[in-house]
Amino acid sequence: MSAIHPPFVADAGSALVPLPYRVQRFVCDTDDTFTLTLAPQSGGEALPFAPGQFNMLYAFPSGDVPISVSGPAARREVLIHTIRAVGPVTRALAQLRRGDTVLVRGPFGKPWPVAQAEGHDVVLIAGGIGLAPLRPVLYHILAKRKRFGRLCLLYGARTPGDVLYRRELEKWRGRLDVQVEVTVDRGDSDWHGEVGVVTQLLERAQLDPARTVAMVCGPEVMMHFSRLALTKRGVPESQIFVSMERNMKCGVGSCGHCQLGPFFICKDGPVFDYPRIAPVFSTKEL
Amino acid sequence: MTARESTSTVARPLRMEVSGLQSLVAALWTAGYRVLGPTVGEGAIVYGEVRTIADLPAGYTDEQDAGHYRLRQRDDGALFGYNVGPHSLKRFLLPPRERLFTTIRTGKQLAVEPEPVPTEKLAFLGAKACELAALLTQDRVFSSDQHPDVQYLARRRGMFLVGVSCTKAGGSCFCTSMGTGPKVESGADLALTEVVTASEHYFLVEIKTAAGADLASQLPLRPATIDEQRQAELRIADAATQMGRHLSTVGLKELLARSTDSPHWDEVASRCLSCANCTLACPTCFCNTVEDVTDLAGDHSERWRRWDSCFHDDFSYLHGGSVRASVKSRYRQWLTHKLSTWIDQFGTSGCVGCGRCITFCPVGIDLTAECAALQARTT
Repeated sequence: MSAIHPPFVADAGSALVPLPYRVQRFVCDTDDTFTLTLAPQSGGEALPFAPGQFNMLYAFPSGDVPISVSGPAARREVLIHTIRAVGPVTRALAQLRRGDTVLVRGPFGKPWPVAQAEGHDVVLIAGGIGLAPLRPVLYHILAKRKRFGRLCLLYGARTPGDVLYRRELEKWRGRLDVQVEVTVDRGDSDWHGEVGVVTQLLERAQLDPARTVAMVCGPEVMMHFSRLALTKRGVPESQIFVSMERNMKCGVGSCGHCQLGPFFICKDGPVFDYPRIAPVFSTKEL
Repeated sequence: MTARESTSTVARPLRMEVSGLQSLVAALWTAGYRVLGPTVGEGAIVYGEVRTIADLPAGYTDEQDAGHYRLRQRDDGALFGYNVGPHSLKRFLLPPRERLFTTIRTGKQLAVEPEPVPTEKLAFLGAKACELAALLTQDRVFSSDQHPDVQYLARRRGMFLVGVSCTKAGGSCFCTSMGTGPKVESGADLALTEVVTASEHYFLVEIKTAAGADLASQLPLRPATIDEQRQAELRIADAATQMGRHLSTVGLKELLARSTDSPHWDEVASRCLSCANCTLACPTCFCNTVEDVTDLAGDHSERWRRWDSCFHDDFSYLHGGSVRASVKSRYRQWLTHKLSTWIDQFGTSGCVGCGRCITFCPVGIDLTAECAALQARTT
């Protein structure tokens, strides 16, 4: 052993080796999106996580995908993930049913700044499946409602059929202590709500911009325009948080795939305050 | 034989005969190490097992330039009279392919069996200063506090390192620019300098760690004379003046960080084949991926980690396509990571100045020249 050898923790389990979880519940949310409720195969509590963190889900034997936790952090016995079936692994995950086993590594990444947001107005801006990583924040704030100022959820989906968590949205919308606004890109004959981009909802959000923490999750272009709209509204950039996505493979910053400029999205993110990510945000092919 | 910390006392350099080197190799094998070092194979100096000093590349050297490597005969019997070859130490610590775990399905149950932690003790004879610097650079990647890499660190923990200072530099070398060589200052248990004169062939030995002192105590050594020390220093100083390449690192990190839109990337991309050779030959490039290998019944699956490269088109794949679809964006990523964002991530440059990426580029792209071109555009 050389004098300069790195520290070594003999008993450290490898973050690269997964644990088996049992599918407790499978719910179809929309045509292409579903929610898995997972409990440890060995019994006991699930891996504790913070809102905004993600797990690597392994659909045996197809491979791993990074999926944010979409359930409440306070429910310690299960992990809930909402997944859109778009590739080989997510389609394999869509084939799982109650009683099946899935392998889980995690949780990884930096969470949303829920503690920092206490005492502030909070606006959550979600685009499409981007609502899933924000739902744990909503659960957290609703459970500790008095610690926060006004709460506003702005959500944009492609079509009425793509609206996620519809029943929950309607329930939250019925509350007097949360403002929920939903828009779709294209309506249909049964849709009587808003049509248009999510940023236009910001104009009517009830909040004190200087005392607002904004958490934004969705496609990069949607986050870009949300950031512009928030800045225009007067929300300080240091209080705007975005959740980034890149090709995450290992989850611990040692495979190199998810780099974006100086960052490993898996461990330095996925959640970034805007000033930190701004120098590389929306840079083509970076 | 395990070391703890650096010996605090600066021991006087010792002299070891060539026969003493044979004793050193034998003592390492006896102590349970698998001894690896330079050997001649595949028309190059490659790393392999060293059972006796007869396995070392006696009388060989390497001739290197952009896109050019040739094995040549020296006119003396020097054992370490070459620079670096296509191999680096990373192949032993982060193997090109390694299994991480096996999954077995029984009914609806899945059982995961992690790969056993490696227990083999490795020793490396003949690590050049740039090679040792690369090892320290990779250590930072795989020894994060939160998620240390169990496999890498188990191999690294047991490693015994015999460094050898360079007494000649090659056409692609620029370790002096990166502050990593040519002298082995640290990072090894023992540091050797080979001295070959018309009448003599011996090594100057410096003890760097307690493990090194342990091993040295088993060897036939005697204190080196002032002249012998001077002979060694002269040769290292010579090597420092022979660097085939130079990289100006002043302001380079910042320059690359603001060169995202430079037209120079298009120019490099017109030559770059995106073949990934530079990343495979690089001793610090650590990018890897995993693949799941399954049997036909789908009941047995193995996860293998293997080397990957930011030059591959699917490296940055995200649903819908690759983030870095163009060759220009991949070369930009590689160079910027190596010399700029690596410093943000790990506190050191990702480049140690070994020149492998220059030598083993099939079209001879030279990172020192590309940096100079970027620097020239802004002055």
